[in-house]
Amino acid sequence: MTTSTARSRSSGTEPLLRVRGVKKSFGRVDALVGVDLDVPAAQVTALVGDNGAGKSVLVKTIAGIHEADAGEIYFEGERVHIHGPRDSARLGIEVVYQDLALCDNLDVVQNMFLGREAVSHGLLDEDAMERAARETLESLRVRTVRSVRLNVENLSGGQRQSVAVAKAVMWNSKLVILDEPTAALGVAQTRQVLDLVRELADRGLGVVMISHNLNDVFEVADRVAVLRLGQMVGQGPASEFDSQRVVELMTTGRYSGDRNGSSSAVREEG
Amino acid sequence: MSAQDERKLEREPAEAEAAMSAEFEQPRTFGEYVQRWWTQIRSGNSGVLPVVLGVILIGIIFQTQNTKFLSAGNVINLLVQGAVYMLIGMGEVFVLLLGEIDLSLGFVGGIGAVVVTELVQPGWGWPWYAAIFAALVVTAAIGALQGTLVTRLRLPSFVVTLAGLLGWQGVMILLLGEGGTIPIRNDVVNGISNGTLSRGGSWLLMALVVLVFAVVQIIQDGRRRASGLSAPRRFMTYLQILVVAIAGVGLVLISNVDRGVGRFQLSGMPIVLPVVFGVLVLWSFILGRTRFGRYIYAIGGSAEAARRAGVNLAVIRTAAFTLGALSAGIGGIVYASRLRSISTSFDGGTIVLYVVATAVIGGTSLFGGRGHPLHAVLGGIVIAAIVNGMSLLGVSAAVQYIATAIVLLASIMVDVVVRRRGQTAH
Repeated sequence: MTTSTARSRSSGTEPLLRVRGVKKSFGRVDALVGVDLDVPAAQVTALVGDNGAGKSVLVKTIAGIHEADAGEIYFEGERVHIHGPRDSARLGIEVVYQDLALCDNLDVVQNMFLGREAVSHGLLDEDAMERAARETLESLRVRTVRSVRLNVENLSGGQRQSVAVAKAVMWNSKLVILDEPTAALGVAQTRQVLDLVRELADRGLGVVMISHNLNDVFEVADRVAVLRLGQMVGQGPASEFDSQRVVELMTTGRYSGDRNGSSSAVREEG
Repeated sequence: MSAQDERKLEREPAEAEAAMSAEFEQPRTFGEYVQRWWTQIRSGNSGVLPVVLGVILIGIIFQTQNTKFLSAGNVINLLVQGAVYMLIGMGEVFVLLLGEIDLSLGFVGGIGAVVVTELVQPGWGWPWYAAIFAALVVTAAIGALQGTLVTRLRLPSFVVTLAGLLGWQGVMILLLGEGGTIPIRNDVVNGISNGTLSRGGSWLLMALVVLVFAVVQIIQDGRRRASGLSAPRRFMTYLQILVVAIAGVGLVLISNVDRGVGRFQLSGMPIVLPVVFGVLVLWSFILGRTRFGRYIYAIGGSAEAARRAGVNLAVIRTAAFTLGALSAGIGGIVYASRLRSISTSFDGGTIVLYVVATAVIGGTSLFGGRGHPLHAVLGGIVIAAIVNGMSLLGVSAAVQYIATAIVLLASIMVDVVVRRRGQTAH
């Protein structure tokens, strides 16, 4: 293991996040049975799979909400032990859950700084927070949010998603995990969010996007990882996948086009 | 490279749209402010407008029935009557903001009143400030206890504070003993509700408040404007200051009219008004400018979001219950001060229902996340105006209750209907 780490480092392809053989059971239900996942920096990795494939469990394990029963997680080449959400946040891992976790009655600035408010002399430093929130939104090219002092309840679905993502990347995060960011969005708003996802990767962040929508996946993803019944049945550059292949992997765990019929479809890197 | 360019091209229309709307971010003229305000009201963000209209309407109705209603003496009397509801109501706002309710605040206030009354008796002989401090510590402790039961054991606040409503009444009766009524033998404590500032003192205090408000507002808005943050235009800042100054001058003018009966002269601002104002400023400051206040709103908006943001829900919730009970203690002391005594006839049950009504009438939501101490003050004026106006007209208590109920229902209806329209407008 150490030799392989050293080798991949020297070749400069060590992924930002490396998950190896992670297992997780809930009682008698095996949610994850030895999952491997590589998430390189500056790329969008789409995590796809049918309902119950274990996508959410995998994400929650990386985020520290669940603790893995077995397996290793490496972050920036170092073995890490994530016991809680605080651990993952300290590493620079941020998750944007489907429900977004925004407070409707607070404005954009207040939401982006919730729990990490800027304080000067014991009082909230609204000026500094508003400035930083604006800068972040601008740097992410989120220009659809009209006023950062608007309450979140007055924003559209796409705007809310943008705010949630901006909130996640504000804190020097290195890896952002997005759970179904385009679910329940219209065409134009999906466009906004996908642009934003692309922007994150262009900035050098590692991005994991859970999605059901293969159109979105192939539009924005650099890599695809397919999960089925708690196992990673295929992962690799998006160029090596097409919709048919992904669907087959998701449903049967193998791809009829594979010569060797192996379940590990693509394992080119290392 | 080419892909990047394509993406940029695609973004252009959105950018143009954003640039246009950015210009609308801050209105330029007074007309535009009015327009934006109207849009906000139409989109369900009516703020304190309904309650202000309500106060005006109530004023017109009672004034046409009895011309004494808006006399200087009666207006001041009304404000003093409402002070108890306003003070306890400001405490209730803390709890309502969380989406919880505290039904015990009436009798918690009663406990505060009893503690002060007992401690300034010759037997104990405590100075007034020590007695008041002790009473506030006791009421705050009660709030902390009830808050702990709600947050740590996850008992419903409705039930815990309903038990409080019964239990603290019992404790109060025990403390008062056989006699039933204890007079307050301390001029300072009695002076809270019955004393007044001198005419000159009233002017001086008002001038000081307006001056501080003006300076703070000008510096703050100026700094934000200078650093390009969203700030009101300069004329709006001055307009705000002007409105506050006019309100202040008006209040002092009314206070300084002689409202004595016969040869007995009485004028000047009742001391309880600055007390209410002070609590209002302090609580608004805590809610608006501190992390603690921000988290109270956040928990009311989405407890789950607050939890994921690392907010310690139990600590914030317990502290809110504590501050609520502390405010109730202040209200209870003011109540006893007005009667110069405290007795077993203290009806904390009715008071707490009026108190919840003041907050809701003022615009605080029962579902949490939306509210402000100012709502309790405005709602307190409405409740006091109804009670005062009806007794001025010689209407029976039965009709007073019914009228208050109708106003309460109307205020919730205005709120819900306006908000629902805002939601469908999306």
